[in-house]
Amino acid sequence: MRYSGLRVIREGLSGNRGWTPAWRDPAPKEEYEVVIIGGGGHGLSTAYYLAKNHGITNVAVLEKGYLGGGNVGRNTTIVRANYFLPGNQEFYSHSLKLWEGLEAELNYNVMHSQRGLINLFHSDGQRDAFARRGNAMINQGDDAELLDREGVRRYLPYLDFEQTRFPIYGGLLHRRGGTARHDAVAWGYARGADRRGVDLIQNCEVTGIDIVDGRVRGVQTTRGPIRAKKVGIVVAGRSGQVAAMAGIRLPIESHVLQAFVTEGLKPVIDHVVSFGMGHFYISQSDKGGLVFGGDLDFYASYAARGNLPMVEHVMEAGMTLMPMIGKAKVLRSWGGIMDMTPDGSPIIDRTDVGGLYIDCGWNYGGFKAVPASGWCMAHLMATGDPHPVARRFRLDRFLTGHILDEEGTGSQHNLH
Amino acid sequence: MRLTCPLCGERDRREFTYYGAAVYADRPHAGAGPDAWDDYLHLRDNPAGETRDLWYHELGCSAWIEVTRNTVTHTITATRLVAERERPAKPKGRGRRA
Repeated sequence: MRYSGLRVIREGLSGNRGWTPAWRDPAPKEEYEVVIIGGGGHGLSTAYYLAKNHGITNVAVLEKGYLGGGNVGRNTTIVRANYFLPGNQEFYSHSLKLWEGLEAELNYNVMHSQRGLINLFHSDGQRDAFARRGNAMINQGDDAELLDREGVRRYLPYLDFEQTRFPIYGGLLHRRGGTARHDAVAWGYARGADRRGVDLIQNCEVTGIDIVDGRVRGVQTTRGPIRAKKVGIVVAGRSGQVAAMAGIRLPIESHVLQAFVTEGLKPVIDHVVSFGMGHFYISQSDKGGLVFGGDLDFYASYAARGNLPMVEHVMEAGMTLMPMIGKAKVLRSWGGIMDMTPDGSPIIDRTDVGGLYIDCGWNYGGFKAVPASGWCMAHLMATGDPHPVARRFRLDRFLTGHILDEEGTGSQHNLH
Repeated sequence: MRLTCPLCGERDRREFTYYGAAVYADRPHAGAGPDAWDDYLHLRDNPAGETRDLWYHELGCSAWIEVTRNTVTHTITATRLVAERERPAKPKGRGRRA
């Protein structure tokens, strides 16, 4: 069923009796050409582009819970292309271009809103670093504008400009940055993949990976064995456990990151704003809730819930930056499991097991990457070669020294 | 979350700084090959369950502590000084790629 404004009106006038499920609920077949482990944003977009770009439709996506129930459904929804390093730059630039056409592409309202992203800076040194980053973004073909203090005040008059502890020197404005409706992205790709013949199989946990003579032959699942010529591991925070089924040890440590949302308020924050002195970022959802987050809890965790010291820290950072939010009531907080790499950049690569591919290591920046990650993973699995914009996301780059340390914080998983 | 420092007793988590998996205490010798350094710096077992990691009692006695805890429940089962830790056997397996 194709969605349109006309359709909404027609269904509204006829009691909404004509809507059908957005995707099927098929039983797993005995064999597929490609099996994708993980039905989150990246897994679903991989399946979609395998079908759309490469004509490979004999594909199953295996999800242990429900589609989009992991990190794609629990993030702060920021979409941007403001990376500095060659290797990251072209990838996120490609991803943002895909975002800009995504609703027409998927015939699905993902509520992509390019409301502008402003990264604040608070010292001369930070200004220089942001100017350099902005130039790199412009050279890549994306947009960046350096705002001085008065420039920031024009857009964000509600910030605390009077304080002396963290004075606001200016900000880097990325107009094409913004947000999107996180669940809708997963649902849009799921529906698009299903319509092209991909089987989306929920409540199907992979319990083993079958390898014979160094080649993958299929997977064992809670819904029986499934044979496959190629298998892709796209499981974010659980990458360590699934890769271990194939005897692979990854450069990944899983950490918990918390996020928060307040009760619905009238429109007050029109952009995505990040604080340069406290790792705090905030936007307002279309429903009115302030959506914000901060740093990792900093210790390895699979608990999907955080500890109170980081809650306190995030609230302090928010109050320091914009005291007006002090009376807003926090409605919910939650934690997601982040697959942290030692350089803060992801991995889209082959493994040394024939036919087994892996897409992981998204740290806490995976949401904006959903379209390009699927695009590049599908390219890799279909052609056997890395896509040009993801060619540096190699699994062996830590061994060879070709790391992509965007923040320059060194080989410690929790510092990126 | 509270951690028990072997020297200071049970303290608030905010007094401690997390460093990473306990393998960080097993620095390879200077002449070790790239694989050994890759193991040491990058590759992790990353268990969902019991793990051992290094914490620094930064706002206390400045001791380095090896904490045995559960990454799913956040339960802490044991702590000891890194100085009292014996060097374990070599880690199992390595990251592999064609």
